[in-house]
Amino acid sequence: MGKKLLLQNEHIPGINTFDVYRKNGGYASVEKALKTMTPDEVTEEVKKSGLRGRGGAGFPAGMKWSFLDRKSEKPRYLVCNADESEPGTFKDRYLMEKIPHLLIEGMITSSYALGANTSYIYVRGEYMYVIRILEKAIEEAYAAGFLGNNILGTNYSLNLYVQPGGGAYICGEETALLESLEGKRGNPRLKPPFPAIAGLYASPTVVNNVETIAAVVPIVNMTGDEYAKIGIGKSTGTKLISASGHINKPGVYEIELGLPVEEFIYSEEYCGGIWKGRKMKAVVAGGSSVPILPTELILKNIKGEARLMSYESLSDGGFVSGTMLGSGGFIVLDETACIVHHLHTFARFYHHESCGQCSPCREGTGWMEKVIHRIEHGHGHMSDIDLLVDVAKKIEGNTICPLGDAAAWPVASAIRHFREEFEYHVKYPEKIKNPKHFEIEPFVSEKNLVTA
Amino acid sequence: MAKVTIDGIEVEVPDGTSILNAARQIGGDVVPPAMCYYSSLKESGGKCRVCLVKVTQGSAKDPRPMPKLVASCRTNVMDGMVVQNITSPEVLEARKGVVEFLLLNHPLDCPICDQAGECDLQNLAYEHGAAKTRYEEDRRTFEKIDIGDKIKLHMTRCILCYRCTFVADQLTDNRVHGVLNRGDHSEISTHIEKAIDNDFSGNMIDVCPVGALTDKTFRFKSRVWFTKPMDAHRDCPKCSGKVVLWMKGEEVLRVSARKDQYNEVKEFICNECRYDHKDVKDWTVEGPRHIERSSVISQNHYEKIDLLKLKKEVERQLEFQKGKPLPEHNHSLNA
Repeated sequence: MGKKLLLQNEHIPGINTFDVYRKNGGYASVEKALKTMTPDEVTEEVKKSGLRGRGGAGFPAGMKWSFLDRKSEKPRYLVCNADESEPGTFKDRYLMEKIPHLLIEGMITSSYALGANTSYIYVRGEYMYVIRILEKAIEEAYAAGFLGNNILGTNYSLNLYVQPGGGAYICGEETALLESLEGKRGNPRLKPPFPAIAGLYASPTVVNNVETIAAVVPIVNMTGDEYAKIGIGKSTGTKLISASGHINKPGVYEIELGLPVEEFIYSEEYCGGIWKGRKMKAVVAGGSSVPILPTELILKNIKGEARLMSYESLSDGGFVSGTMLGSGGFIVLDETACIVHHLHTFARFYHHESCGQCSPCREGTGWMEKVIHRIEHGHGHMSDIDLLVDVAKKIEGNTICPLGDAAAWPVASAIRHFREEFEYHVKYPEKIKNPKHFEIEPFVSEKNLVTA
Repeated sequence: MAKVTIDGIEVEVPDGTSILNAARQIGGDVVPPAMCYYSSLKESGGKCRVCLVKVTQGSAKDPRPMPKLVASCRTNVMDGMVVQNITSPEVLEARKGVVEFLLLNHPLDCPICDQAGECDLQNLAYEHGAAKTRYEEDRRTFEKIDIGDKIKLHMTRCILCYRCTFVADQLTDNRVHGVLNRGDHSEISTHIEKAIDNDFSGNMIDVCPVGALTDKTFRFKSRVWFTKPMDAHRDCPKCSGKVVLWMKGEEVLRVSARKDQYNEVKEFICNECRYDHKDVKDWTVEGPRHIERSSVISQNHYEKIDLLKLKKEVERQLEFQKGKPLPEHNHSLNA
């Protein structure tokens, strides 16, 4: 069994209520932090822990906290990003739904460390039932004296609010989230200034993912040094992985970073292997935005070393032969899956979710979607494949926020690793009419046929 | 003060100046184009991405290059910064890409568009665009909307620069229009087609870089290059009263605010000047308007022509076109 720090108590009945949560050691980090530590000491522990942002980019959380402008006279804010909408990612929902108090405890401890007296949890609108769970939990925490004025008799006060979003993927981008929280159209801001200097209401703000904030609880409880011992190298601690796709046991798993990818996919403890006894074709390792990798590259890197579930190991080889841990949305595709069909789903999503502020993303996502649609339905030309690569290249890096990159990477990587499937779609339009075409007639690489 | 080098030319500008404005102090070809930035509108810019430049040295203190191309209109200079604009193939490539994106859903109905001849997108596409589109699908279209009795909105032509919404935010009270929807379905719109009527709303027409917002009192009256722009002014209690009259013979076809060489209005005018005084007698005419931009409207032969300058300009254009390889089909673009 791998070590669990977040979900170790999920099996306890009634853990979503304050009383049960408290009896099982809940809110210990709040007591420890508020009564025995200064805010800077808490920040120091988080820094020592090496905790990296769990929302996707993997930026060290302690470093992000230390950028917060503490000299400013304006109030400081902590905003929890619970606008989880990356296709393939559902870990935050699971955490908030099962153990809402863990997030609230993390919010209190983190807000104390940052000196924030008002904090927000921005939840995507589709999670309305989760919002109700959180609001109930917050009510209980207020009643127990863990929120409100003079928490636990100290002179620290905190008000915590839940804000439902309107259901836009773009509002998961931190500055768009802040715009939305301010009541405006959720368009990403131009950076600099970064939120640490001028965020919510032009005040210093830290925006963290749900899982990052929840991880502060075990860090404070066990000290940062102890937390840093879990995991591998710079990828410390545990990570929630949302496993989905063609596997026997889809679901949310807490893994210790550094677990071999092969073990994660095939062991009974986690995904339990590929369904229907089929072979694996490809994996999207970190949510829809990260590059897709074929089996041989996801299990082993280009040097032949086993790939591990860690920020470094997955990104080994850059974008040529690597991918990213991202938000931990682990999507497995079996041998009958059609990469083009799969890519079209993603491209359609990004086309739908682009905010339309900057031209490369607004126009480029729609263009890519249309071209992929054309190829998928057998109306493509060979030149379309290069066209897609070129459009992806022109979007990547030229946009205001990372949504443009997120839309471009899957396209570029799918063509890089599965170019033959695209060519197959162009060459044999009659064979791909059935959406399950590779189930009927498995895809065979023509390159191998010729050489063998 | 900060010293910044753009394409090898050094210039000293006050701290807090954007790279674009520093380049404008140098002038000439090193100035990045701008479709959404508008110097007299706060917070504009950063959206169209045509002004992307490469920062090869962040500052004298921190000489690291910036990892991505940056929007020069919204990135401030640092002392010792080194910027590449037209000397960087990467920038030109990205810019070409952006122009292609901007033209993707643009109807290219220039032959029937009133903006033709004074359109920023036309000029931009002429300098950076490819001759042929690679887009095969249908372009997105919208219904034409009357916003108020004087302004026509052709959303189909819009490139979503957001300038007109900044005019609404910053010049007029009671903002009634903004952006609806998202992605490539975004549209500029009023709330349930409510009319825009306040004294400065007409400036939306002037800030629009394309033909999305046009003056209904001028629509289909004449091509701009057949009109003669004259500087004129009148005593106006609401605004500066400094305008350009677009005339055909003795007839005033259109009144607009004065635009500088970057096609930007510095002094906005009120709707009364714009729409209600289409009689030369109402105005004190100062003389022919000098238009510096390399646009077809500056080719009118009513001004004293500087033949030397014209020759130079033609030579520059020929040189520029020569440097550009003919647009090939994308076989070579395989990355």
